[in-house]
Amino acid sequence: MTFLIYFLRRLALVVPTLLGVTIITFTLTYLLPGNPAVVKAGPLVPPEVVAEIEKAMGLDQPAWVQYWRYISGVVQGDLGTSASTGRPVLEDFQQRLPATLELTLASLLIALVIGIPLGVQSAVHRDTALDHVGRIVGVAGVAMPTFWTGLIAIYVFFYLMGVAPPPLGRLGAGLEPPPTFTGLYVVDGLLTGNWKVVGSALHQLMLPSIVLGLSVMAPIARMVRSTMLEILESDYIKAAWAAGLPRRRVVYGDALFNALIPVVTILGLVFGFLMAGNAVVESVFAWPGIGNYAITSLMTKDSGPIQSFVLFVAVLYVIVNFVVDIVYGLIDPRIRLE
Amino acid sequence: MADIARPPTSSSASLPASLRLIGLRLRRNWPSATALAIIVLMILAAVFAAWIAPYDADATSAEAALQAPSLHHWLGTDVYGRDLLSRIIFAARVDLAVAFGATALALAIGATIGAISGLHLGWVDLIIMRCVDSVMAFPAFILAMAITAALGNTVTNVLLAIAVTQVPIYLRLVRGEILRIREMEYADAARVVGNPPWRIVFVHLLPNCLPPIIVQATLAMGYALLTMAALSFIGLGIRPPQSEWGSMTAEGAQYIVTGEWWLFLFPGFAIVLMVLSFNLVGDGLRDFLDPRMRGVR
Repeated sequence: MTFLIYFLRRLALVVPTLLGVTIITFTLTYLLPGNPAVVKAGPLVPPEVVAEIEKAMGLDQPAWVQYWRYISGVVQGDLGTSASTGRPVLEDFQQRLPATLELTLASLLIALVIGIPLGVQSAVHRDTALDHVGRIVGVAGVAMPTFWTGLIAIYVFFYLMGVAPPPLGRLGAGLEPPPTFTGLYVVDGLLTGNWKVVGSALHQLMLPSIVLGLSVMAPIARMVRSTMLEILESDYIKAAWAAGLPRRRVVYGDALFNALIPVVTILGLVFGFLMAGNAVVESVFAWPGIGNYAITSLMTKDSGPIQSFVLFVAVLYVIVNFVVDIVYGLIDPRIRLE
Repeated sequence: MADIARPPTSSSASLPASLRLIGLRLRRNWPSATALAIIVLMILAAVFAAWIAPYDADATSAEAALQAPSLHHWLGTDVYGRDLLSRIIFAARVDLAVAFGATALALAIGATIGAISGLHLGWVDLIIMRCVDSVMAFPAFILAMAITAALGNTVTNVLLAIAVTQVPIYLRLVRGEILRIREMEYADAARVVGNPPWRIVFVHLLPNCLPPIIVQATLAMGYALLTMAALSFIGLGIRPPQSEWGSMTAEGAQYIVTGEWWLFLFPGFAIVLMVLSFNLVGDGLRDFLDPRMRGVR
């Protein structure tokens, strides 16, 4: 019962937030300078023609009417048309989303696989050299822009050492994408047993996902470390030590399990970092995802894809944070009462 | 740092002493002290760029093109023969000005609205907080990107965009602090003697929120710098020929495959150095200003 109330109360917060989000994207798309009718008509068009286009696009209507049209369009999946590809933005999105998803998931995996053990070891070996190195890595990771670390990675591993493929997309030259099941080349390659594709896709993923993963690793490691420190002091862990349980079992079994609960709470934040970092990393590695799509559209002043991308990311971010809160409420019943 | 120097009236007697204490703690906390020195040096270099830079940042020279770092050109030259070190020094002007400007603007707006929200509560507060939720629903960089794209690439617009993304930080911070201290006795006393509400807020309450605000602003300076650099890197922020660290890194990226590594490495390094310094100073200030945080990392 308390959970249901918690769920509904949290859900009630999502609605006004989504409303606010769409108002902001609407404002950025339609109400700011750079009249869309002029953009659509192109330069050197007489004002009467512009006025006609304005009327056709409904730009002469009051703002709330325009907002209503915008919202009903968005809900029905109408995100406008991209001027540069000439196709509906939604189609372009669907085509590019798997690439972004693959990169995001791979980066998250790397961040967790490195961040969690690093946090655990920093806590267990508190104030030793390892702890200090971990902290320095964390501080530096936050301070380094991903576009810069990405370029360094390309320079060192592609140009100098030649162990990474050229930073040009998801598959090596001459390879056909596997048949689409999930859209993730690695998974689809595995499903169809196409090892060449799996290998090439992983090879291409290597640098961008490491760069992106390391950039979001620090908050995870820090959170694990601080909760581990607290838990290692608690009575039940002391009891486990006293009972003579093996170290590995105590640290990685009993303690870590409870330390991971707060990590769930920062996954929303990490996801936000990943989406923001995605756009830049995709552009550095010519990764054909939605972030790169939005940034390429910037160059051609094609506002449809940019604003749709922003709306998409924000809505996704709201949903992820909502899910994170709900999951946290499920794991930790105390939260529901707050 | 100007905020520290201006003594809040309610505790003016204690501040010079606390300034001395800051100095003492900075000496003990050498990473933060070094970072502070780096920031000060960089500000000086930016202000006196015309005297410090070894070359004219815009002077092109065909025979000096694409030289690797040497004794003549410490950080090398670009394809037009411009001295990279000089360009990085001149770029500090834009980068630091926008970082400081955006932070100051966000702080001013955020603190004012946050104070209103914390004092009035009720409907006003509810609406303000829902607006904040909506702004925070965007990852900061993505929102800055959208705003700059909509407004157009100018230095002012970049500054504005970054400020908008940071307003919620100060707004929530000040609102929380005001909620905490509005019920304290000195706030009641100020009310009882007949101070108007604005005076209570700006003269009595806000100055006592300063410590966490100063820490937050220092840390936010680093984020502002990173956001601006990333915007310029993707071609949205400050554009060439105006020197800016992010766009210089983007220019340098084109020369990776021909091996001119210095062109992307050094401008990016300037960003990292400054962001790292702001973060370390922020951490140091937090240790000093909030005794509860001392030793907790």
